[in-house]
Amino acid sequence: MSILGGGIFKGMAVTLRNFVGSYFSKERFITTNEYSWRPESELPQSIGDYPKEEGEQLSDTTTVNHYSRNFPMLLHDTGEPMDTIRCVACQICERECPPQCIYIEKSTEKKENADGKPQFYPAKFDIDVSVCMSCQICVEVCPFDAIVMNSQFELSTPDRFGGLLVRRDDLLKSNDYYHKIHPQEAATRDERMAADKAAKEAKKKAAAEKAKAAAEAKAAAAEAANESKEDTE
Amino acid sequence: MTTAAPNYELLQQEGLETSLLEISMGPHHPSTHGVFRMDVKLDGETVVELRPVFGYLHRNHEKLAENMTYLSSMPFTDRLDYFNSMTNNWAYALAAEKLIEVEVPERAEYLRVIMAELTRLVNHVTLVGFFVNDLGALGTPLMYAFREREKILDLFEQASGARMMCNYFRFGGLRNDVPEGWLDRTRELVDRFPAFLDEYEQLLCENEIILSRTQGVGNLSRELAVNAGITGPMLRASGVNYDLRKVDAYGIYDRFKFRVPYTDGDTGDCYDRFMIRMLEMRESVAILKQALADIPEGDIIGKVSKVFKPKPAEAYGRIEGPKGELGFYLIADGTTKPYRYRVRPPSLINLTVLRDMCLGGKIADACIILGSIDIVLGEVDR
Repeated sequence: MSILGGGIFKGMAVTLRNFVGSYFSKERFITTNEYSWRPESELPQSIGDYPKEEGEQLSDTTTVNHYSRNFPMLLHDTGEPMDTIRCVACQICERECPPQCIYIEKSTEKKENADGKPQFYPAKFDIDVSVCMSCQICVEVCPFDAIVMNSQFELSTPDRFGGLLVRRDDLLKSNDYYHKIHPQEAATRDERMAADKAAKEAKKKAAAEKAKAAAEAKAAAAEAANESKEDTE
Repeated sequence: MTTAAPNYELLQQEGLETSLLEISMGPHHPSTHGVFRMDVKLDGETVVELRPVFGYLHRNHEKLAENMTYLSSMPFTDRLDYFNSMTNNWAYALAAEKLIEVEVPERAEYLRVIMAELTRLVNHVTLVGFFVNDLGALGTPLMYAFREREKILDLFEQASGARMMCNYFRFGGLRNDVPEGWLDRTRELVDRFPAFLDEYEQLLCENEIILSRTQGVGNLSRELAVNAGITGPMLRASGVNYDLRKVDAYGIYDRFKFRVPYTDGDTGDCYDRFMIRMLEMRESVAILKQALADIPEGDIIGKVSKVFKPKPAEAYGRIEGPKGELGFYLIADGTTKPYRYRVRPPSLINLTVLRDMCLGGKIADACIILGSIDIVLGEVDR
């Protein structure tokens, strides 16, 4: 150390460099970009620009990044939402949810799902926004790929009691929407589902063939037995 | 009417009694980093008694975890030390992996190391910022730290979907692979980070005010540090060469070349604790460079079912968290839920020597001593 106060002046030089740099360094203007769906020229430049168009954040183009997650949504395949809903009200997510924010009521009768198979469906499926902690455990435990994360982040409402409890019909979103907001994740999920389905069908087919072969062998054996019976007679 | 100031010297000469002043610092004092209270007894400005009071942020974490499946308590571990959710996840995953004996794929191991070292950078850079904030350097150094932290948090968000509550680790690997281009962005950040560290060191390390405020303040002897079970940078600042990354070599830490900075243990003061963190960041950058160079392609998670029933057994998983040894102790009883779930929080155990470090010092120094311990109340109170 040479002179007293030299270290302070050294530090001051750093702050001066940063201060001057803040006028010239482009990357310093915005550090966090929450508007990645917009082209760079349309990024908000001041607070007054937000939101650019009313309700833009709630539109179907809201995506922050591939894995962003804010609140769960229920998936349905192409068609009427309630006719093609994937959820079968098995209530696994309700049990596994760490903060216990999901409430499900199972339907009393079965209804045909997208594959034409009669299944139960959720008569009620409510999630409490104020309790949900966006952890994605419900997505991971769901065996039917029926619940995934939405990236809508503007969920505030003036209605404190009714508005914070999101109902089934508001949670329902199409698979196309899911592809739009999380393209990478949705593609891998669809791939895996198709593979699972194919494997299941192959297994079913093999099982059916096996049963058929077994039945044939049984019939042949019975025939042979009959013949031998006839012979002895 | 005027009031004459009492002449204290005269009063003492006359043998009048003066009394100790008892102050309750907190629970919302800005220097206590959360809801934490210190009951301090002062003789003038000198601390003669100090009693830490905590528990304001108690959330029943351990009992909650005993009443839900192993996977479901993973997101709650994020909320222990909310600066370092990635390392919290890792410690818990390690403990549970010992119970179910699952192989972690190579790529996942590398990504775990990358995430943990990025977390260490986040923690140390903000700790230094808050530490000088406690000294009275309001704003500037802290904002520089936050600027760098935000870049790393952006990377976390791209990989896991959340800035702070990442919930990214799973038993047997990670939840998802990192998105395309993530590794390149991380390489870019890691290449740039030493330049920031140079700047930060130039800003702080020779500053005479910092030197005079921190040197010789809050001494912690090697003996006391070891006896009290102190771990992490605080232990190394007191001159003990102990780092779980070297000692335990969990994960794949034995593959990387890095040094463990520690002092000669003569003082163990606030300045040592501050400098140890500055030096550790350099080593983290070295580990990150090696990990990013070697990372292979491949699977990201081993074969584990979402809900599992481990055989009755005990397991203790521990890692070198940015604050010290973070451990999770689990007892399985054959059901889907742990019978006992216990966290060994480094913040709480490092806090136990606060009184010994503060006694005899000035009240203003108590703030920086607390700042140099590096506590997060989410972890202290659980």
